[in-house]
Amino acid sequence: MATALTEIKVTPEIAAEHGVTAEEYSHIQKILGRDPNITELGIFSVMWSEHCSYKSSKVHLKRLPTRGKLVVQGPGENAGVVDIGDGLVAAFKIESHNHPSYVEPFQGATTGVGGILRDIFTMGARPIAVLDSLRFGEITSNKNATPEDAAKNRRILDGVIRGVGHYGNCFGVPTVGGEVGFEPCYSQNPLVNALALGIARKEEIFLAKAKGIGNPVIYVGAKTGRDGIHGASLLASAEFTEESQQKRPNVQVGDPFMEKLLLEACLEAMQTGAVVAIQDMGAAGLTCSTMEMASRGGTGIEIDLAKVPQRETGMTPYEIMLSESQERMLLVAEKGREREVLDVFKKWGLDAVVVGTVTEGGLAVIKNHGAVAAQIPAHPLAEEGPVYNRPLAAPAPRVESEKDWFHFVPEKTNLTENFRKLLASPAIASKRWITEQYDTSVRTNTLAGPGASDAAVVRIKESEKNGIMRGLALATDGNGRWCQLNPKVGAMHAVAEAARNVAASGARPIAATNCLNFGSPEKPEVMWQFSQAIDGLSEACNALGTPVTGGNVSFYNETLGKSIYPTPIIGILGILDDASKALKVAFRNAGDVILLLDGGKGVSSEQRLSQEFSSSEYSKTISGIVAGEPPAIDLTAEKRLIDCLGALASAGAVQSAHDISDGGLAVTLAESCFAANGLGASVALSENAPDEYALFGERGARCIISVAPANLAAVLATARQYGVGARELGKVTRDAVLRIEIQGHAAIDSPLDDLRDVWANSLERTLTAR
Amino acid sequence: MKFGVVVFPGSNCDHDAFYAIGNILHKPVEFIWHQSQDLANCDAVILPGGFSYGDYLRTGAIARFSPVMKSVEKFAKSGGMVLGICNGFQTLCEAGLLPGAMMRNSGLRFICRHVHIRVEQTDTPFTNAARKGQILKIPIAHSDGCYTAEEADIAELEKNKQILFRYTTPDGSNDSAGNPNGSMHNIAGICNRERNVAGLMPHPERAMESALDSADGLVIFKSMVEALVGAAKATA
Repeated sequence: MATALTEIKVTPEIAAEHGVTAEEYSHIQKILGRDPNITELGIFSVMWSEHCSYKSSKVHLKRLPTRGKLVVQGPGENAGVVDIGDGLVAAFKIESHNHPSYVEPFQGATTGVGGILRDIFTMGARPIAVLDSLRFGEITSNKNATPEDAAKNRRILDGVIRGVGHYGNCFGVPTVGGEVGFEPCYSQNPLVNALALGIARKEEIFLAKAKGIGNPVIYVGAKTGRDGIHGASLLASAEFTEESQQKRPNVQVGDPFMEKLLLEACLEAMQTGAVVAIQDMGAAGLTCSTMEMASRGGTGIEIDLAKVPQRETGMTPYEIMLSESQERMLLVAEKGREREVLDVFKKWGLDAVVVGTVTEGGLAVIKNHGAVAAQIPAHPLAEEGPVYNRPLAAPAPRVESEKDWFHFVPEKTNLTENFRKLLASPAIASKRWITEQYDTSVRTNTLAGPGASDAAVVRIKESEKNGIMRGLALATDGNGRWCQLNPKVGAMHAVAEAARNVAASGARPIAATNCLNFGSPEKPEVMWQFSQAIDGLSEACNALGTPVTGGNVSFYNETLGKSIYPTPIIGILGILDDASKALKVAFRNAGDVILLLDGGKGVSSEQRLSQEFSSSEYSKTISGIVAGEPPAIDLTAEKRLIDCLGALASAGAVQSAHDISDGGLAVTLAESCFAANGLGASVALSENAPDEYALFGERGARCIISVAPANLAAVLATARQYGVGARELGKVTRDAVLRIEIQGHAAIDSPLDDLRDVWANSLERTLTAR
Repeated sequence: MKFGVVVFPGSNCDHDAFYAIGNILHKPVEFIWHQSQDLANCDAVILPGGFSYGDYLRTGAIARFSPVMKSVEKFAKSGGMVLGICNGFQTLCEAGLLPGAMMRNSGLRFICRHVHIRVEQTDTPFTNAARKGQILKIPIAHSDGCYTAEEADIAELEKNKQILFRYTTPDGSNDSAGNPNGSMHNIAGICNRERNVAGLMPHPERAMESALDSADGLVIFKSMVEALVGAAKATA
């Protein structure tokens, strides 16, 4: 964008270049009662971008359950807030930074983490954990990925991992979990969804509502530069083309050191009692923060851009208002006490300048050296933006028959060899090489970091009473492949699995956050997927008692007209009343009894079995078949299992717990052995199903636990009480061998060292191969 | 007895060190702001981990010029006990209070995991409660932990028994196999000739409770407490 924009006369063509439609343009004229100038047009275009306004998703998001007795703050603020007892609250939220991470993986990922951390401490909460849900294209070449594609995807992964790590490591928040998935559809459009969790005292939560006519508006943090202009509107709200690499200048640049200072200074400033409201400058920067604060507070606002600290000279009002320079905040202080606030920021060496005041009447006036540069009623801008009920259309039904599905051919199957391949596949192999690049233990609260438990578990030191601390568990999940095959059922599985993971860590799931990654909303098929997914999320969140407290919608995840799998990522938060009772996946003692907890019923028809298995990780990895349907889901079964696990954990009756998911029961058992150095397992299955299904099927509502023989009777009684099936499969053994027998024959009988080698090292070998 | 934990802008293990001393060892501890030259009568000073001043330029290179470091240097030269952990170790090297320098890890990546280190000397205020040869399981979390020095300096360190901790395998049998970052002579921690200033890359403050997978870091802080108790008795 040229610098002499102020003189440019706005025409409908220029509006179109800003992504503003003719209809939206006439709405702007109506709100203003005149034509907008270029700065005003810029402001409208970012505020009404898909990314900031949720114009295509709003009508659907209304269907999500957002209330609950623990919900202190639902969607609409910087983050959701839930009551975790003892006067403490947890603020948490997940957000995407997909397009920037494709264009510039390192900076895209760092600013994704930085943005979500700011959302948390803007609420007055100190961030205590980060999780990342990442999706990449295939990193090994196969029929879906050329060697060049695979190499490119490895480079993107490397940049993203370094970026995620760098920001959290330097900021000083542990990156404790998340997941990484691989599908060809993410090759041109990786997903980088970052979730942050923070803790605050309930009465000290801050909101972004400008209040108090005459109160000063203070700009704090990094200086404003020309970086990231139109990040939200052009990068995040349009699909990609071959020229997308040219959008690199639109990617923001992150500085975690600056953010660390900003965190400490903001929390300290809040403690003075002189801060009235605070809002971070993320997407759409100064525009969004000024307009939203005024709109939420029902006030006006007046600022002078000449006072905004600037990194570059000659910036126009347009550029200053639209810059997405990182690590900046806008706050409103109590009139007469601004000195107290400014002093805190000075102590931390940060710029802090009074740039304006809260005014009466609802008008946002943006001046530059005293001259009016833009003048817009804040509320209509922020709240009366376009809302689209876009057309939906179910795609043509997939023409699929039994012959497209996975075929069980036991006589031709080398189960052990296939098991090894599955353990080596990037989706299932250990992510150690990735997670070791994250600081997982800073703040000394991490009771279960990546892979140790099904959910990440952190303790809350502030809750300590008589030596007992509460814990919070967090898990993210989302199976794009399943959502592609059936968006509603796939979305339900995402909620169920995240909740099951939280329960398997011993915690009680209480609330959800979501990041909805989809293609272009302008395509009726994509909107249909979206609507279906929302229905699935609503149903599952209602059934499992986990209201949605916030999140983010990311549309336009497509490149050259090809959209990603619909990928709703769900984060579920759970509470442990006693953090020391957290459960981990590792088997503990030889001789412990291995039980399969099963909340549901098995699959009966052979045909359905084959259909469901065709969507499994095994089917994809071993036979290259991705078809059929996700496993049928039974939410009441999931709920029974979740409640049962909670009861078992709080009774301290269980030695280990690990839910059955990607790769099925065999992978679950192997991982519990790998985590317990030196122990093995010997189990016998009586499943009336083909061996491959019994070993690798991914039906939900199941969990493997191990129990000391002395506790067995009590555990079985508890399972009965909750209506959960509990089948004794075998024992934890002293010899490091995994032996799985099915109806009398040994299906798997392998030394663990051998299995561990492929599981533990495959990803590193793939990613560091020259 | 009072511990001081220095807070540089960008320190992020300051709270952890504070908690380890105050809440786990139940000893008096306070923060010391980087712009202060007053060490508040502390008997031992901890330079914590983190990214002081963003670690722009070089790790610890800017921190060494901060006002508080003038006092820390004076304190150290007069025999005061100073422990630098991770970024604190890097800062002590930059300040010349310890020899050598830290390079990028040999794998060129940030590494966070538990490592094993062997206690090589027990006649220091940082290791007196440990057994010689004791193996400690303690996490590391750094990008720049590859200890490097002139061969002559390393020879001096060896000769004067200034190497306090060496990386090794869990059973202590193979030091270089346990070396996570390429440090020369598998060095994880050293002290000065006078033995009152020490630095190490692993984070003992993160290994204070078995709930966090290891309580092996306790022995380092307990050593410091014992040394301070001993010193107090000696002057009484």
